[in-house]
Amino acid sequence: METVETFFQWLRQSYGIKITIGYDAWDRAQFLAGLWTTVKLSVLSIIFSLIVGVIGAFAQGSKYLILRAPIGIFVTFFRNTPPLVQLYFFFFALGSVLRVTTETGGSAPMVSAFSWAVISLSLFAGALNTEIFRSGIEAVPKSTLEASESLGFTRFQTYLYVVLPLALRISLPSLGTNLVNLVKTTSLAYAIAVPELLYAAAQIWSEQLNVREMMTVLLLTYILLVAVLVWILGRWEKALRIPGYGV
Amino acid sequence: MAMTDVKWTADQPIVSLKDVRKSYGSVPVLNGISLDIMKGEVICIIGPSGSGKSTLIRCINALNDIQGGSILVEGLEVHDPKLDKLALRKKVGMVFQQYNLFPHKTALQNVMMAPVKVLKENPAEVEKRARELIRKVRLEGKENSYPGELSGGQQQRVAIARSLAMRPDIMLFDEVTAALDPETVKEVLVTIKDLAAEGMTCILVTHEMGFAREVADHIYFTDKGVIVEHGPPAGFFANPTDPRTRQFLSQVL
Ligand SMILES: Nc1ncnc2c1ncn2[C@@H]1O[C@H](COP(=O)(O)OP(=O)(O)OP(=O)(O)O)[C@@H](O)[C@H]1O
Ligand SMILES: [Mg+2]
Repeated sequence: METVETFFQWLRQSYGIKITIGYDAWDRAQFLAGLWTTVKLSVLSIIFSLIVGVIGAFAQGSKYLILRAPIGIFVTFFRNTPPLVQLYFFFFALGSVLRVTTETGGSAPMVSAFSWAVISLSLFAGALNTEIFRSGIEAVPKSTLEASESLGFTRFQTYLYVVLPLALRISLPSLGTNLVNLVKTTSLAYAIAVPELLYAAAQIWSEQLNVREMMTVLLLTYILLVAVLVWILGRWEKALRIPGYGV
Repeated sequence: MAMTDVKWTADQPIVSLKDVRKSYGSVPVLNGISLDIMKGEVICIIGPSGSGKSTLIRCINALNDIQGGSILVEGLEVHDPKLDKLALRKKVGMVFQQYNLFPHKTALQNVMMAPVKVLKENPAEVEKRARELIRKVRLEGKENSYPGELSGGQQQRVAIARSLAMRPDIMLFDEVTAALDPETVKEVLVTIKDLAAEGMTCILVTHEMGFAREVADHIYFTDKGVIVEHGPPAGFFANPTDPRTRQFLSQVL
């Protein structure tokens, strides 16, 4: 650690490059906390957006309009509005309504900014996941479903054991793109003061006046995060690969 | 439902169709089909393309609904909109032209899946039975292969084993050799012949006239949604009476 700090100190003294998180414990802690928040935000949003996508795609394939219609509206709404506006809508419009009275008689928000960010991002990415899964589901041959039906599987069992595993494999490339986008979109949470990576970096540069350095660090950190996700997705794709199957 | 179930006894037809009518939209496909099949019988349905053979066989399994007439399978009223489909599917197994295996499951898993998930049977027992079935369709050693790693004929035999794992009383085969190369056709036909010899009730749609003659107790010739002529294979092939049958046979024999 000490040699690392010495290196960053030397960088600053010799060239005026102020990567403060390299030698300033406070800045570093703030930055790492931001990184951790971004990771949590990403992981939770990925999980919930996948759940939203799976349920949404299942409902969209329903023969009941009462199930299909709301999902259609949901997908259209979230695909055709800016994610930042969605976030603001949740945080400011819904957040101002959903408040609880505290013990001291004041009023406090029921849902934290972090939670709103997770909800908003999950729905945003979930709407796209719904579309992605749906096209994956549609690519599963109807004859395979008939075989499963003739074996006595219910529609739900067929969905669970046949459609979903196949649709997932078909969807994986587009799904990967969307999840990478989701990780990048977590930076919007900055706008409602969730102390994630961008927020932490901004705090640091407004104090240390090292915008250039922190911007670079920030970009490299996102590249690293996305690289990790891409690596995980690659492993997943490999694990799901079926010998002799063309997808 | 249970009432009608109990009513059936083995001296009655196991499958009984009466004046079955079916149309896709306004296009009539089955125009009054009646036939009775006794337990253990093997019947072959032959006829020109588009005559409604697949539709007929699919109606027996409730994959298609019908607009008129009745279908009874072991006393179960298949035409009833309130039909207990699971009860029907436990009795009837179906094999398709395109095999339709689950591509993400190995041969063994394909065979095991329905008994475990649908019938909720003990996986260890199902596995034992599944391995026996795979041996029976002569695919020992292919248990852990995925469908994509098997030839068409091998896949079709897995599909047959998968249907048999549900212990059906009746098997439906819809041109199960039509997508295979001539060499692999035989291995699938042998499997079906074994089944027939064991007393399985089989309804086959086929273009293999030699096979139909050899294995069937009864041949039905359909054209334009009606049964034009039927009878035991010997007489049917030797002295077809209807000109349409004669014309068809002269083309395929
Ligand atoms: N899902 C469907 N929608 C509309 N028409 C259909 C449908 N399935 C089949 N048909 C029509 O019904 C008729 C009978 O089709 P069917 O598949 O039962 O014939 P087939 O005797 O099995 O023919 P083949 O020997 O070519 O398999 C055909 O004219 C076909 O075009
Ligand atoms: Mg057909």
